[in-house]
Amino acid sequence: MNKPLRRIAIFCGLLILTLLIRDNWIQYVQAEELRTDKNNRRVIIARYASPRGDIIVNGKPITGSAETSGSDFKFKRTYKDGPMWAPVTGYASQAFGASQIENLEDGILTGNDDRLFFRNTLDMLTGKKQQGGNVVTTLNAAAQKAAYNGLKRQGGKGSVVALDPSTGKILALASYPSYDPSSFAGNSTSKDGGAWNKLQKKNNPDDPMLNRALRETYPPGSTFKVVTAAAALEDGLYTSADAKTDSPDPWIMKGTTTKLPNEGNIPCENATLRVALQYSCNTVFGKIGSDLGNDKMLDMAKKFGFDEEQFTPVRANASVFSDKMNPSQTALSSIGQFNTAATPLQMAMVASAVANDGKLMKPYMVDELQSPGVDPIEKTDPEELSQPLSAENAQILQSMMETVVDKGTGSNAKIDGVKVGGKTGTAQHGVDNSENPYAWFISYAKDEDGSSPVAVAVVVEDDNAVRDDISGGGLAAPIARNVMEAVIKSKK
Amino acid sequence: MSGTNTSHSPTNHTSTIGAIGAPSRRNTELALLVFAVVIPVFAYANVGLALHDSVPPGLLSYGLGLGLLAGVGHLVVRKFAPYADPLMLPLATLLNGLGLVAIWRLDQSELLQSIQQAGTAAPRQLLYTALGMALFVAVMIFLKDHRTLQRYTYISMAGALFLLLLPLVPGLGKNIYGAKIWIQVGSFSIQPGEFAKIVLAIFFAGYLMVKRDALALASRRFMGLYLPRGRDLGPILVVWMVSILILVFETDLGTSLLFFGMFVIMLYVATERTSWIVFGLMMSAVGAVGVASFEPHIQQRVDAWLDPMREFTLSRANQPGHSEQAMQALWSFGSGGTLGTGWGQGHSELIRFAANSDFILATFGEELGLAGLMALLMLYALIVERGVRTALAARDPFGKLLAIGLSGAFALQVFVVAGGVMGLIPLTGMTMPFLAYGGSSVIANWALIGILLRISDTARRPAPAAPANPDAEMTQVVRP
Repeated sequence: MNKPLRRIAIFCGLLILTLLIRDNWIQYVQAEELRTDKNNRRVIIARYASPRGDIIVNGKPITGSAETSGSDFKFKRTYKDGPMWAPVTGYASQAFGASQIENLEDGILTGNDDRLFFRNTLDMLTGKKQQGGNVVTTLNAAAQKAAYNGLKRQGGKGSVVALDPSTGKILALASYPSYDPSSFAGNSTSKDGGAWNKLQKKNNPDDPMLNRALRETYPPGSTFKVVTAAAALEDGLYTSADAKTDSPDPWIMKGTTTKLPNEGNIPCENATLRVALQYSCNTVFGKIGSDLGNDKMLDMAKKFGFDEEQFTPVRANASVFSDKMNPSQTALSSIGQFNTAATPLQMAMVASAVANDGKLMKPYMVDELQSPGVDPIEKTDPEELSQPLSAENAQILQSMMETVVDKGTGSNAKIDGVKVGGKTGTAQHGVDNSENPYAWFISYAKDEDGSSPVAVAVVVEDDNAVRDDISGGGLAAPIARNVMEAVIKSKK
Repeated sequence: MSGTNTSHSPTNHTSTIGAIGAPSRRNTELALLVFAVVIPVFAYANVGLALHDSVPPGLLSYGLGLGLLAGVGHLVVRKFAPYADPLMLPLATLLNGLGLVAIWRLDQSELLQSIQQAGTAAPRQLLYTALGMALFVAVMIFLKDHRTLQRYTYISMAGALFLLLLPLVPGLGKNIYGAKIWIQVGSFSIQPGEFAKIVLAIFFAGYLMVKRDALALASRRFMGLYLPRGRDLGPILVVWMVSILILVFETDLGTSLLFFGMFVIMLYVATERTSWIVFGLMMSAVGAVGVASFEPHIQQRVDAWLDPMREFTLSRANQPGHSEQAMQALWSFGSGGTLGTGWGQGHSELIRFAANSDFILATFGEELGLAGLMALLMLYALIVERGVRTALAARDPFGKLLAIGLSGAFALQVFVVAGGVMGLIPLTGMTMPFLAYGGSSVIANWALIGILLRISDTARRPAPAAPANPDAEMTQVVRP
């Protein structure tokens, strides 16, 4: 009987061997995949196992952590001025996951990032609990406050983005209405789940969780005329702000019998670029777009960052300037109508490129990642994205935009003792322009040495306002002024 | 060990040399037992330090309890089975001790406490261990020779059938998560299948010992295979039917696979005919596929095995009849990685139901890692190896058959349970011997170890001193 016994012994050995191989497969080969599976609850347990690191603005944390009980999540995220900072931080919720910086820098904030491996190993050996690192942002608390409060006072939906033109640092990023990420940071079904549900678009038509600064595109209206003007100067179609342009008024769009109208009775016939921008002449800039053609306009728009997603590192939607349009569509697009659509970030980038003598810096909001011991791990260096226009042409455009604020539609943005350049916009939308227009204002402030500390884009969509009341100069420019003032004051 | 598997062979040495003989190895066993007690005690302290930052208050009593049980076991073996295999008792003690630690560790989980899946399991398991050890001692004391079991061949058959059918008795049987393999007596749930495993092995061994020649020799050759006669095919068909019935009425894939596998192994060893294995594999395949095609519970298990992620999603969407356990177990293993999280620092409680019984291996996988789990599997492999070695060394066919039947069944059970939990094969409702929470399993497996030790004692015991036989003297003179 011993021969079959030996064979059975081999069979039993094979059974065990199969188990060992399978074990190696799931615990070695597939281990990483299983360990980091998003459905694996251990991932979020680890996220909340120790106090999360903080997101920092001007040296002060805008986030915190609170110990909780009755759950396998030990700590809960808290936020200071949650609604104001939500477009920057995003949320970190035990029940609903994380978004934006909370999500993108999760590794640093939880302390699980590979760059903290050495430190974690050291902590493990010395018996210390793992700690999260900090994310230092580029934001300016005073500017953010001015932006958020301005929108709040206005009461309608809207957004503000402020940039430092010379570096691309995001100084303010506000969206209104907003939400308090603290309200659903835990995992209680009734409390946190209820708060979450109330914020969803289907239950709240105002869509407070939409980050309008980065994720909503609006027709930019007349603010886009700055891009068109830049294209005209760069192409050499016009070389001076003060030379007459070849612009009939009324102007019939090429290939059609339709007149492109101007708003009100304004001096647009053969107006100089300066005057055309000052009064926001549709005829002048529509014709420039039509004369330059779709390709040249598209080329300039792309140099300013259109048609491409921006990563700040939080993703911003791509703004749109269309391809393959006929001359009349190009004309409409060149005054910020038709298909043209831009995020508030995009229009702030346009203003900042002009203010920075033609150089467009890549916008970013994470300045530095810090280890738990506040040693820097990674610092973001300013990066030039492109140069849409030469320094000379940028200065011509600056002088035009400054005229808009000094004498034109943007006079509400004037600041005593500071040179401000800007452009208003009132963008129509809806079928046959039936819906309330958006009020836009883009601007920058300039120091005495000619450098610019801040560029701003403001958009306000106000369903309640009477249509005639909405104009960039009236609703949006005061907010822009307050934000610029806040930045200038905090620099002193 | 040395010479045990050859001691029955007359060509190697004479009975007189054998009498000087194999060392009893009892001191080896004692030394190994010290490790088998100390390792779980350290593990226990480790869990306490990880979970509560303090050495658990029950450490001393736990250590003493386990030590006492191991000590009693050792003394009884020393007295009643001095030549028994020295490894099996320490191996079983170590597994049992580690199982207790893991059960205690899961008792500390608030999640499992809140769904009444753990909380007071460890003290109960310690009680079961004591009962198991008592049965082990009883086997050692009262079973002087395993061959006496041979007398109860047909009573065993009746007993095994009785045990297997018990869960089907209305009012007594209990359906837990789809499998009807429990009976409820008072506040205790008993799994009669665990005991039936041993009783059935006794029946098979007794029956096959008598019928092996008829089964092996009276056969027709067909396509290179020896086909048994129709009337000899009878018992295998009966066992097959019983397995299928268990599968259909108790929806217990594991137990039916286990019994049928055990029978095929023993049949093959008894007859030395490969054709039986071919038959066995064919019949189990036909039976399993046939039943799986109309039994929704088995189907669901197969679906969960093929795509655990889909099963998880369906379960999360509150679809009835789906369970996320399979996926949770895989995450548990994967999160453990190579070295594991360390005792008490994993989250195997996320498996929820049966985390400390059917799925206890996931806790070991997560907290001790690939390294620890492989070591654990090797402990099981060693028990099987000692069992097979006992079968090889046994001098009588009944002992050989019983030993290979029990150790083969043990190996199959380990494979079916561990394979199921690790997603290698569909999940079945069986428990890991010694590790898992459950009285029936612990008690039955201690009896199993007792019987194997008894067989190995008989096998390794030196033959009685040869009588003054002139023939023997002659032989000794003639041989160099």
